[in-house]
Amino acid sequence: MELRAKLALLADAAKYDASCASSGSEKRDSTQGGLGSTEGMGICHAYAPDGRCISLLKLLLTNACIFDCAYCINRATSNIRRARFTVDEVVRLTLAFYRRNYIEGLFLSSGIIRSADYTMEQLIRVARTLREQHGFLGYIHLKTIPDAAPELLAEAGRWADRLSINVELPQVASLRELAPEKDLPGIHDAMGELSTHIAEAREARQTARRAAPPRFAPAGQSTQMIIGADNSTDGQILGTSDGLYKQFKLRRVYYSAYSPIPEASAALPPQPPPLLREHRLYQADWLLRFYDFTTEEILSGGEDGMLDLEADPKLAWALKHRDDFPLDLNKAPREALLRVPGLGARNVNRILEARRHSRVKLADLARLRVPLRKVAPFLVAPDHRPPPGQIDATGLRQKLLNPSAFAAAQPAQLSLAL
Amino acid sequence: MPGEAPDLFAGDAPPAAEPAGEPTALVVPRDFLELAELAIRHSDAERFALLYSLLWDGRRDPGLLRNPAEARMVRLHAMARAVRRDAHKMHAFVRFREIDTPDGERSVAWFEPEHHIVEAEAGFFQRRFAALRWSILTPRRCAHWDGEAVTFTASARRADAPAADAAEDLWRTYFASIFNPARLKPDAMRAEMPKKYWKNLPEARIIPALMQGAEARMRAMLGQEPRAPARRQKAGRDPAA
Repeated sequence: MELRAKLALLADAAKYDASCASSGSEKRDSTQGGLGSTEGMGICHAYAPDGRCISLLKLLLTNACIFDCAYCINRATSNIRRARFTVDEVVRLTLAFYRRNYIEGLFLSSGIIRSADYTMEQLIRVARTLREQHGFLGYIHLKTIPDAAPELLAEAGRWADRLSINVELPQVASLRELAPEKDLPGIHDAMGELSTHIAEAREARQTARRAAPPRFAPAGQSTQMIIGADNSTDGQILGTSDGLYKQFKLRRVYYSAYSPIPEASAALPPQPPPLLREHRLYQADWLLRFYDFTTEEILSGGEDGMLDLEADPKLAWALKHRDDFPLDLNKAPREALLRVPGLGARNVNRILEARRHSRVKLADLARLRVPLRKVAPFLVAPDHRPPPGQIDATGLRQKLLNPSAFAAAQPAQLSLAL
Repeated sequence: MPGEAPDLFAGDAPPAAEPAGEPTALVVPRDFLELAELAIRHSDAERFALLYSLLWDGRRDPGLLRNPAEARMVRLHAMARAVRRDAHKMHAFVRFREIDTPDGERSVAWFEPEHHIVEAEAGFFQRRFAALRWSILTPRRCAHWDGEAVTFTASARRADAPAADAAEDLWRTYFASIFNPARLKPDAMRAEMPKKYWKNLPEARIIPALMQGAEARMRAMLGQEPRAPARRQKAGRDPAA
């Protein structure tokens, strides 16, 4: 098969992995030799019409696979055409794209062929060739095969900026049903191992005096869960995320709405992807990591373990905790302001800074591009006092819901959009 | 931080001299300096007047230059934000085309920045592509790297840059394949990759076709009858390369 046909097939097969992040690695550049740089901030070099960032060349080494996961286009019993890149082909594509400034680096994954160890070795060979033979300093994300030997995981971390193992489904029961070859305890063991290596390398870097200590995945590890392929509730999904963040210090959990695929399995008939649910989960994940919410608090905004689809999770929470509001914009502590619907972390910091100089008014918030209509019922300011009883009015929820807000908001911008 | 030397607003700034003649040291917060450095690259002709008026009033009201909610400071922040965004889009959307020259291979790009950022951002490309020889041509300034130093020349025209590159066909193939037609969200794409950039992005010309075909591809997937499962692949069998 010619290179272009393989590229089409093996990029298409890789697109169900949501991660395309290229941020948060160590700083390095090519002024002392080599090709490429990472300066901490990720760069999206293009956007596809699905609105998603294209930062990395995201490929499968092969779409052949001995696993038979029902949700996956590459499962063993799928009627798709199979192809496999050579190590050299992936290396050449990566360098050609990188030199022209199309990409930040490579995200390489693979179907499982022959054995976990064999597959992991092939992925490692690509990364090692890029680093050692071509002095490549761009970003590399390697998918990690959980059952691969510990020394292979250790080597993967030497070449990669980020490693990831997808849990795919939050419950053991769903995995058993839809991805029978996947082994959750084995995945957790591998994540634990990576997490130990990552922590050790970070500590070594901080205490190193002269020679640079061996690196290990400086951008950490991440994972992905598919949303809507099984009957898991949002509560089960967020609970799993929370556990993974705490236990393995993951940088990110990605949520990927189960998307219709050609050649779908009879066990999972195609349906439109639950994009709004995916969006709410990303918002909830943000509250978990940056706004000091617990999963229980987030879920208290919804019903029966599911998030409110109409309202973003912070607004949904606030509407069920109206006794906490309205807050005095000039007196409320940081942690209370972070819970005001419509106030993002960056604007809370700006408000705290502005408070040191003068009393902050609602008009000042307008200049900081805070959505006034959304925050007004929850705040008291020198130029604003919500009408008596407004916070308890039954019509408040309806008044605040803005159905067009979703189209404009994107998960990547949530730190501001919340 | 009054009294600290690095906070003195010195040298290349617009002069904010005392009308009476005796020069006095002007003390400004470090953050303000960084902000001013960004805002001064903005293409808005009023940027100097804005900075001048802030510095002038900042002498009597030192808190002014730290207050993110004051109207002029809001405007300065907005200018800095626009310049930062322009720089970020330059890092993202410059597309090199490789050409052979008598001195060897050269990577040449045509880019149209909105603000005066070429000199400030050349370092990013130098650090990343130190091993290449490159030129970034723009209607404002041009930057060139020869392996030793970055040099700048006056503006160029689009026709001065190469018109195509052999890798662009593969790049378009990738762009088309990584797109998921079941998640069409053109507004989100345009918010981050505004149409004004499209004419210099080799992948952008296939966007209309991708969008037009998306709905039919989605319908076909939703309407398909599941086919009988294929015979399971055996472990050990590699697909033909």
